[in-house]
Amino acid sequence: MAEPDVALDPASAPAHGPGAVAPAEDRRIYVASQWRLTWWRFRRHRVAVASGIVVIGFYLVVLGADFLAYADPNASEAQRSLMPPQPVHWFEGWRFRPHVYAVKGVRDLQTFRRVYRADPAQKIPIRFFAEGFEYRFLGVIPATRHLIGVDGGRDAAQTIFLLGTDLQGRDLWSRLMFGTRISLTIGLVGVTMSLVLGVVLGGLSGFYGGIADTVIQRIIEILRSIPTIPLWMGLAAALPRTWSIMQVYFAITIIISLLAWTELARVVRGRFLTLREEDFVVSARLVGCTQMRTIFVHMVPSFMSHIIAATTLAPARHDHQRDRPQLSRVSACARPRSAGGSCCSRPRTSRRWPSPRG
Amino acid sequence: MLAYIGRRALLAVFTVWAISVLVLRHHPVAAGDYVTSYIAQMASSGSVVTEQEAQNLRIQYGLGQPIYVQYYKWVRLIAEGNFGMSMEWKRPVTEVIGRPPVADGGGLCSPRCSSPGCWPCPSASIPPSGSIRVGDYTATFVGFIGLAVPNFLLALVLLYLGFTLFNANIGGLFSVELQDAPWSAAKVWDLCKHLPIPALILGLAGTAQQIRIMRANLLDELRKPYVVTARSKSLSELRVILKYPVRLALNPFASTIGYTLPYIVSGSIIVSLVLGLPTVGPLLLRALIAQDMFLAGTIVLLLGVMTVIGTLISDILLVWVDPRIRLEDS
Repeated sequence: MAEPDVALDPASAPAHGPGAVAPAEDRRIYVASQWRLTWWRFRRHRVAVASGIVVIGFYLVVLGADFLAYADPNASEAQRSLMPPQPVHWFEGWRFRPHVYAVKGVRDLQTFRRVYRADPAQKIPIRFFAEGFEYRFLGVIPATRHLIGVDGGRDAAQTIFLLGTDLQGRDLWSRLMFGTRISLTIGLVGVTMSLVLGVVLGGLSGFYGGIADTVIQRIIEILRSIPTIPLWMGLAAALPRTWSIMQVYFAITIIISLLAWTELARVVRGRFLTLREEDFVVSARLVGCTQMRTIFVHMVPSFMSHIIAATTLAPARHDHQRDRPQLSRVSACARPRSAGGSCCSRPRTSRRWPSPRG
Repeated sequence: MLAYIGRRALLAVFTVWAISVLVLRHHPVAAGDYVTSYIAQMASSGSVVTEQEAQNLRIQYGLGQPIYVQYYKWVRLIAEGNFGMSMEWKRPVTEVIGRPPVADGGGLCSPRCSSPGCWPCPSASIPPSGSIRVGDYTATFVGFIGLAVPNFLLALVLLYLGFTLFNANIGGLFSVELQDAPWSAAKVWDLCKHLPIPALILGLAGTAQQIRIMRANLLDELRKPYVVTARSKSLSELRVILKYPVRLALNPFASTIGYTLPYIVSGSIIVSLVLGLPTVGPLLLRALIAQDMFLAGTIVLLLGVMTVIGTLISDILLVWVDPRIRLEDS
């Protein structure tokens, strides 16, 4: 990203046009902006394009979570706890009529476990754009329509559970939709924060050296030497119980990102120590660039590739991390739903059907 | 450079002091002390601790005193080489930390656990330089699986597969019958058999990121004129890449490699719990839950010292990898 790609250099442009290079094509590359070059390069990478579409899909889920969910994520019902997913049958005979079979819950008299049996005789049709719980689309427009739904109310025999239910009988698909919204937005905030802190503090540390370097590096050492487990336990105990789950979750994210910048800062500092000896940095200083300009206009872009590689994977790592305060089982009281919070909500018990969220 | 290291050693004393103060400030977070949690533990098993007994315990451990007195006593003990008694284990802390994990090879095994994570990456990231895309994609694919699956889950799956397919219990570091046996060839072999799984799991987690970072940095370097110069002098391809671009691309790794040192000791706590590895991690967790402050404090202090040493090693490596870096000047 920092420099035009080899494949887009005029020298190797034949990769673009068949046979001889058209002069127009040539000129197009010469005058193209950095973003345009990036875009051309991106478009040629099929895996990248496919992944881009998936990510856009995820963020569409973030926008329309309440439209895609068909049940209130907090509506619980003891009569339908730990239901297996109901498979969708698309055709009835030869006609397209999506439906699921009604499910009957009975108590197994041998094991006293609740088991569910599908009843093929009773079909529940799936309606598109069905009426459901009230919400505000994009936070503004009041709406009651959902992508799919059924006619029946909250009767356990008349509902669909595409992914089954959790221990408290809450619909997992709907919870997954809302969990995605929280994970993908708050995670982004956390990553952005540690990115900014890491680049700025690491940059200052490497660029100025001396006292600034010493102070910042010692702070990093101290932050790094706090082991995470007591920190999580402390957090779980210290956050006020009156806070809503969202607030607790947001606070955890902020604190994690306040600690997570150290690694990036170390790396940025290491690169700056090298870069400040390079000719282009010396000349930037000689022509009278301010120090801020030298850092952010000349030095940071020259290792943008590293920053991109390091931060694009950070949200996933963060999401795993954020679940650990929950995992240490200290904060059993309020467990936020995050898409990662997921499989580890109960480390010790085995379940028939793993619940995507706590 | 020696002067620099000397100065850093002095600063390290200060940093460790700051950490030790922090260690003590940690504990009041979870209200109460060891005696409170001891009483709760006793109550849950049906016995009652009288007020008098609780008071005696507090006096015995010096818990009633103001925090700075406790801190002073603790530091004085450490200066004498005595890290105090573990309240929960009723044994000296040095013995608790020293016996099961470190001396028995638990601590020693984890460096091998974490290093595989770092080492496939340089080799895996060479392919993008040549035109061998397959290697690039395969390495990325494997790395991403490691990143996407939480590693304790991977541990559980591997435990299950090992049990069903090979009828082998792959948890822990030793087979049950060799657990307490003295060191022998058979025990070493047993240890070797148990190492690959934890090594694989702990290693896989960091691999994806390492691959991506190495790849990004190397791709930047490969376009530089000096690489072209090296090629035009008809150096062998391996030498062209390994001699300079890789060396420069190692810079980010040099910056953070020191942090594997504390990781060696504490490891990944959750994976250690799942696989039953005797690293210090689970020990710390237990100590914290029981509010065993001497044990927890010592472990945290130990990790702090390791972090400080690790950072120093990192800085020295940084200069060694790229001699243009000058740390001393201001």
